[in-house]
Amino acid sequence: MKAKGKAWRFGDDVNTDEIIPARYLNTFDPDELARHCMEDADPDFMKKAKPGDIIVAGKNFGCGSSREHAPIAIKAARISCVIADSYARIFYRNSINIGLPIVESAEAARGISEGDEVEVDFDSGRIVNHTKNAEYAAKPFPPFMQDLIAKGGLMNKVKSELAGKDH
Amino acid sequence: MGMTITEKILAAHAGKDSVAPGELIEARVDLVLGNDITAPIAIKEFRELGIDAVFDREAVALIPDHFTPNKDIKSAEQVRILREFAREFGIVHFYDVGRVGVEHALLPELGLTRPGMLIIGADSHTCTYGAMGAFSTGVGSTDMAAAMATGKAWFKVPESIKFVYEGALNPYVNGKDLILHTIGDIGVDGALYKAMEFTGEAVAQLSLEGRLTMANMAIEAGGKNGIFAPDDKTVAYVKSRSSKPYTVYASDPDARYAELREYDVSRIEPLVAYPHLPENVRPARESGIVIDQVVIGSCTNGRIEDLREAAAILKNRKVNGNVRLIIIPATQEIYRRAMEEGLLDIFVAAEAAVSAPTCGPCLGGHMGILAEGERCLATTNRNFVGRMGHPKSEVYLAGPAVAAASAVLGRIAHPDELK
Repeated sequence: MKAKGKAWRFGDDVNTDEIIPARYLNTFDPDELARHCMEDADPDFMKKAKPGDIIVAGKNFGCGSSREHAPIAIKAARISCVIADSYARIFYRNSINIGLPIVESAEAARGISEGDEVEVDFDSGRIVNHTKNAEYAAKPFPPFMQDLIAKGGLMNKVKSELAGKDH
Repeated sequence: MGMTITEKILAAHAGKDSVAPGELIEARVDLVLGNDITAPIAIKEFRELGIDAVFDREAVALIPDHFTPNKDIKSAEQVRILREFAREFGIVHFYDVGRVGVEHALLPELGLTRPGMLIIGADSHTCTYGAMGAFSTGVGSTDMAAAMATGKAWFKVPESIKFVYEGALNPYVNGKDLILHTIGDIGVDGALYKAMEFTGEAVAQLSLEGRLTMANMAIEAGGKNGIFAPDDKTVAYVKSRSSKPYTVYASDPDARYAELREYDVSRIEPLVAYPHLPENVRPARESGIVIDQVVIGSCTNGRIEDLREAAAILKNRKVNGNVRLIIIPATQEIYRRAMEEGLLDIFVAAEAAVSAPTCGPCLGGHMGILAEGERCLATTNRNFVGRMGHPKSEVYLAGPAVAAASAVLGRIAHPDELK
């Protein structure tokens, strides 16, 4: 699986209130949440971002609230991938569980500028910056999480377990 | 090799003799909770499994506390999803308006959070119950749905950081100041993925309330959980609230820690965290920031001890003419005790507004939303951009004594100034 798009840069400690403000949490409709994706970090983000684009951020991306609405909003906004130096743990867990592609790479988070054309190969863990002719390595997922991703997220794994397929 | 309290609880729930940091385990959960924002997604996902029962009707808690009493039609619809699910599946611990309280204040009161338990909740402040000597951590809605179905969750065993607090507490310094000091020291990702183990004579002197405040904010340092080894105070509290069994764990003397941090609390004074991160900590005495609103409440500081601290300062005083003071007892029981102790009378006489239990303004839901450019001092846990309203408003965090004194003075100040 690959993702390719234009990079949108954010800083360190982007929290889930910025990704999807609580004033919109009276719904869990993905399309409605997507309309306000990243609104308190950049009010114009959804006017500028195109389907397939990539969010690039610093350390501790997705800190704060456990709201799964945050990765849901990013996924429904058709952002193809998030690249960050590091992730807050609940956001990381939620993204894996719902199938939002995220990768961890300190060198990519440092090297990519806003507007760069970036391509991520999830199988090889290679991140290519076509604008700068640079290449970065993503931190590989542990085997347990690779399995979770391959099964299509946590609920699909639970479904197959309940059906006895894993036993 | 010795284990930490966190490792022991995780090992016991994974059916293992021991676990080590970094190990991925599947563990049995004793309690799964969700609220009116996170549970609707979990319920939708649970229903898609097509099964006819949750793993244990008494081990699922559905607590509609965030936008209740319902602030608008959409919020009312979300709470209805919880209510109907609770009726259909016989969920024992569903609490509606009039009975509900802020989840992390309510569940300890109900005796549902006990030492040695493994608790997950679709709310990041689920880490609060570590104050009871439980392993407790926040997850998302999908994890909640999976756990409601299977009674299990996967975890990476975290490394632990040991925090040691020694010395005597200064006047007006409480659990909030200790945890703000700690977050200021290590930063908002200083404990990322790690367990924060709080120890030392100074925290042994804290009440359960003060410890709940500290564990509550472990997530603001990125922590997976915050935890205190149970002592006589914990056991007395739990016995007064529940007749159910519990297990007391303590870290072994040779347990391994990723880091050790020691604090002399006699050097800590009342603190305030400036926008827009809880790590931006400064002494309240040096602040002087002019404020428009003060909120005293939340899962961090909405308990009876917090209200008593605020009332001691507000007694025979008035809230500054330029400030709106909103006080939110975290549960119905706290509300009633505050009424019986005359605290509500003190608040209303001081010209504060007292609300029914709700998370409300803490996350910018309702009951005190800020306009553009307004500043609020709150006893809550987060001061992110737009957290309490307009993206250009500001939230400052402090304990109840600083909050009450600042409400009177109209600016952020040390309570000493009122002497």
